[in-house]
Amino acid sequence: MGFFERLKQSLVKTRNQLAEKIEGIIKFSAKIDEDTLEELEEVLISADIGVSASDKLLSQLREKVRAEKIRSPEELKEALKEEIIKVFPAEKLEIVPPTIILVVGVNGVGKTTTIGKLAYRFKTQGKKVILSAADTFRAAAAEQLSIWGQRAGVDVVKHQEGSDPAAVLFDAIQAGKARRADIIICDTAGRLHTKKNLMEELKKLYRVSEKEYPEAKIVSLLVLDATTGQNAIAQAKIFKEAVNISGIVLTKLDGTAKGGVAVAIASELNLPVFFIGVGEGMDDLEEFDPKAFADAIL
Amino acid sequence: MNLPCLLKKGVNDLAFEALTQKLEAVFKRLRGKGKLSEADVKQAMREIRLALLEADVNYKVVKDFVQKVTERAVGQEVMESLTPAQQVIKIVHDELVRLMGPKDTKLNFSQSKVSVFMMVGLQGSGKTTTCGKLGLYLSKMGKRPLLVAADIYRPAAIKQLQVVGEKVGLPVFTMGEQDPVAISKAALEHAFRHGNDVVIIDTAGRLHIDDELMEELERIKEAVTPNEILLVVDSMTGQDAVNVAETFHNRLHLTGLILTKLDGDTRGGAALSIKAVTGCPIKFVGVGEKLTDLEPFYPDRMASRILGMGDVLSLIEKATAAIDQEKARQLEEKIRKEEFTLEDFLEQIKQVRKMGSLDQIMSMIPGFSPQKLQGIEFNEKELVHIEAIINSMTKEERRNPSIINGSRRRRIAMGSGTSVQDVNRLLKQFEQTKKLMKQLSDLEKGRKKGRFKLPFF
Repeated sequence: MGFFERLKQSLVKTRNQLAEKIEGIIKFSAKIDEDTLEELEEVLISADIGVSASDKLLSQLREKVRAEKIRSPEELKEALKEEIIKVFPAEKLEIVPPTIILVVGVNGVGKTTTIGKLAYRFKTQGKKVILSAADTFRAAAAEQLSIWGQRAGVDVVKHQEGSDPAAVLFDAIQAGKARRADIIICDTAGRLHTKKNLMEELKKLYRVSEKEYPEAKIVSLLVLDATTGQNAIAQAKIFKEAVNISGIVLTKLDGTAKGGVAVAIASELNLPVFFIGVGEGMDDLEEFDPKAFADAIL
Repeated sequence: MNLPCLLKKGVNDLAFEALTQKLEAVFKRLRGKGKLSEADVKQAMREIRLALLEADVNYKVVKDFVQKVTERAVGQEVMESLTPAQQVIKIVHDELVRLMGPKDTKLNFSQSKVSVFMMVGLQGSGKTTTCGKLGLYLSKMGKRPLLVAADIYRPAAIKQLQVVGEKVGLPVFTMGEQDPVAISKAALEHAFRHGNDVVIIDTAGRLHIDDELMEELERIKEAVTPNEILLVVDSMTGQDAVNVAETFHNRLHLTGLILTKLDGDTRGGAALSIKAVTGCPIKFVGVGEKLTDLEPFYPDRMASRILGMGDVLSLIEKATAAIDQEKARQLEEKIRKEEFTLEDFLEQIKQVRKMGSLDQIMSMIPGFSPQKLQGIEFNEKELVHIEAIINSMTKEERRNPSIINGSRRRRIAMGSGTSVQDVNRLLKQFEQTKKLMKQLSDLEKGRKKGRFKLPFF
């Protein structure tokens, strides 16, 4: 390469760099600069939104800043909130009786409690609900569900500990048909998504639902603990593959955890959040409101 | 030593080579240079920062960590060393191990009285199960634990502990839904009278910001002066782990931590976060659904896992579980004496297959990336062919492949339903494997003499 060519190239490079810098200054005006964005990144990551989803949000934000000539940090925040809200698909959980709801998730996320709350919710809406205690693995899980059933005033179908979960669901479906239940909610044992045999067991529950009650709509709800970090994405992916998850219930949002990983999941897997759990009371289940959620994060 | 065991050795020794692909890419870039500039270290640290954040280490903890490591790495240590990349990785890993260590599973027992262990944590972190596991662990140590059901809030929590107690063969003290402070006191009394030397109190899960319930824990603590207050933390916890651990620690002065659900695929960055904010040792980890699944916490394993090496360790465990130790010893002998035959090769393949699909296994081993195994890349189907080919050989041929001439090759190909080329390829692969194993075993010998050098940099 000749001397002049090299000189020219380096000049072009400098020019480009300068242009970028100036663009940067114009882009963020005096008040919005990279520091502001870094602060926002910290907020997003601290809420468990994760690196890649945060990056995505921020790059969209950058474009918005440019397009809409956003100047003040307040406007910037609002713009970011809008981006977060946009990530969530606007689906609501629609119940068309008869419906079978499979409630799945890893250990300790609050499946049984969520079922208690769901049962109460549907019951107060005038629906007839039957609970199926298909967590036959964890000690006293069926008892726990029965107590919730009593509280909510709905029937519970249960077997002995250690029995076949599919048999419990089968019986619950028969009971549901006989008693003309609108909704059968099936509790399942908590399982790590990495346990292959346990995931197969879950698939079987789905198949039993399809086969024994073809008229029923099957809804699989994934219960996620809001304190969970990035592993929730792997959970959602694998549970979705197994039982075709329709949406998420985000629990334990009454703590300090923000549950931001739901944003990452919505962005990656297009899964809506239907409900949030905000306490241990029967009515501590709320419909998910993306705006309130975004407000809580920022 | 056979292949899986060698892998195990290799993986342990070459731990620093086994980072995530991303980190590998960065260090490949660094590897090319003789010395590290500050910019290089910064570049590497950017990737490490990402890796840590993706592993759920708390944002602030990451910030501090990266800064500290950068300082160390940009200093003379690295700049003047011969292999900078080695040092950077080593510093990162060492720093993680140091922060999470040392390994400490010592439990504090009372000399004269009944010892009191109190288990605390958020809802769903696994306290009740862990109570059972710890009880079993203690009774194996020769202690006589009493489990105490002090979770009066969650429906059927008492029943759950009773069932767990029954499974591990330990007595469970219950008093219905009375005040947990009164339950704890009475349990201590009960233990004293019934010859139990440890009580493990299963408290209710609670949010760290629930002032009323946190106060209840303080009252229990005051009433029974526990020897250990153990915070049970779900290893899948995200950024909030610091808030939880900090609050529990501030209010109760924890003595230790137990990390649960590590049998999943979480990277478990929470371990670093909680250790960083509490300074308490992580004593045990829960690694499965069975009540025997409680293990000591190994900081080095956790460091590797956070950096994305979790799969390697699980592979090691799989390998250990699948391998017959005696056979392994015999094979090691054979490799040493260079008597490794096709029969052994067949045996190896069978053992490796016990661990899972080959793709999976290969992808788990950073040191054995496909590039390193040039020519020995096989897929599942190929394994079936290999088995067929070896099965079509005579014993003599298996022991001494050099006698396999053209006509033997044709016969073997016919017999196994493959082609002569396939047979040739297998023989070549076998030679390569033999060489590789010899190298690894030499490497190991060399290391013992102290002249071991990482071959991958």
